[in-house]
Amino acid sequence: MKKTVVISALAAALACVGVAGPAWADPVDEQLVIDGETMITRAKAPEGHPFDEVLSGWLFRTVETRALETDSFTNPGMLEVEEGEAIWNKVEGSAGKSCASCHGDAAESMKGIGAHYPKWDAEAKRPINIELQINKCREQNMGAEPYDFDKGGQKQLTAYIKRQALGEPVSIDLSQGDLQSWWEKGKDLYYTRTGQLNLSCASCHEANMGKMIRADHLSQGQINGFPTYRLKNAGLVSVHNRFRGCIRDTRASFPKAFSDELMALEVYVTWRGSGLSVETPAVRQ
Amino acid sequence: MRWAKLLATMAVASAFAGASCGISVAADVAPGDVQFTDDGVAVSLTGVAGNPEEGASVFKDRKLGNCLACHANSAMSKELFHGDVGPALDGVADRWDVAQLRAIVTDSKKGLSEDTVMPGFYSLNVGAHLDEKFAGKTILSAQQVEDVVAYLATLKE
Ligand code: HEC
Ligand code: HEC
Repeated sequence: MKKTVVISALAAALACVGVAGPAWADPVDEQLVIDGETMITRAKAPEGHPFDEVLSGWLFRTVETRALETDSFTNPGMLEVEEGEAIWNKVEGSAGKSCASCHGDAAESMKGIGAHYPKWDAEAKRPINIELQINKCREQNMGAEPYDFDKGGQKQLTAYIKRQALGEPVSIDLSQGDLQSWWEKGKDLYYTRTGQLNLSCASCHEANMGKMIRADHLSQGQINGFPTYRLKNAGLVSVHNRFRGCIRDTRASFPKAFSDELMALEVYVTWRGSGLSVETPAVRQ
Repeated sequence: MRWAKLLATMAVASAFAGASCGISVAADVAPGDVQFTDDGVAVSLTGVAGNPEEGASVFKDRKLGNCLACHANSAMSKELFHGDVGPALDGVADRWDVAQLRAIVTDSKKGLSEDTVMPGFYSLNVGAHLDEKFAGKTILSAQQVEDVVAYLATLKE
């Protein structure tokens, strides 16, 4: 409990330092080592990728923000990962089961798993991500209600599962089912200009990667660190929430979480980060 | 040729002029009616001279121009955080004249290039899925564009 207080005070203090930080231009040339394990923050891009090298968003953050991610004890997102662990072990629903009842120790059963989603859900005939997989287990195996978007522990449990893939390079298998056509659809969306400001994802994260947009250093918009801990929100932020935020910033209406649009975007953006280590929960400003 | 267009535009503008108060108030040129030529947009969008001080505040206001998001401007060095998505605007009035600056700010897709990331500030040529709050609305009003252009015209080196 005491640890909790100290860490959040530290995070708040660092958040202030971050806001007043100087402008800087290039992604840093540094190694991210988390709890002694070296992460892959630069990887050769897969074929057909617009960049030669894919870069983790970590490389674009301030010294202070970067430091928070290097150690489980300083990473403020780890408190929510611990909450996720408690949910993993908690019995819920009419079947009287927890996640652990079927999957046992997540450190073993979920090791590396989070790096390879979205996958193809043959039953639903659409891509499935960790959040939807959790909901599927809750409904089909636990007799529990599915979580509403971002509610009830969805972010915490997702982060806990993804944390079990820490360091594992992201790779998805586009040959599963119809995943390739969802990739295509996601790509279309990535390059579609939206809203009154008439900007696409690529306008910011491809054409202007590395540039400053007011106080923000534009990264490649990778999702290998999601759910991320945002100092600004003092909490975890899910992938679909981030997508929606970026779309809203163009002054466009944004699709529902887990809609076909955002699932397609998740498939495509995950692929754009192929080879980067899972860093969940990454720390961002 | 340019003059002919200019006169035509002025005629249209005066046709819309308010008559009720005795003072001739020209209506704003509608976003879709702005005349772009190779030389830019020669005619004022409002017929009212831009105010550079107003323009400076529109320029830095995050909810209005938010120009500093993408452009550095040494004349505003007191403002925190200048972006570098676009070029620094120091001395921009030495590079472009008023008609060109008006074209760039009104609709950069016409004033600069079709694939620029700079938003059009007085244009209804927007992206997909426009939030309905902004339907039919431009980012800046015609007068705000004139004010910003008047401010840009002061940026000489
Ligand atoms: C107006 C500019 C802009 C547009 C358009 C935009 N983004 Fe972003 N995005 C940002 C900024 C600024 C950040 C925060 C800095 C960073 O991480 O790049 C960000 C962050 C992100 C992140 C978090 C990256 C991380 O490492 O934590 C993701 C993911 C992302 N954007 C995806 C997208 C997608 C997908 C789209 C299109 C649907 C999009 N963005 C459109 C500006 C934009
Ligand atoms: C989202 C980014 C963005 C915003 C916001 C933006 N611009 Fe730009 N602007 C650019 C880019 C990029 C260019 C360079 C042209 C290009 O390469 O597309 C540019 C070019 C210009 C130029 C020509 C500069 C030169 O030296 O050639 C002027 C003038 C200009 N912008 C003014 C403004 C003003 C005034 C505002 C606010 C009302 C503004 N811009 C807002 C991105 C932006």
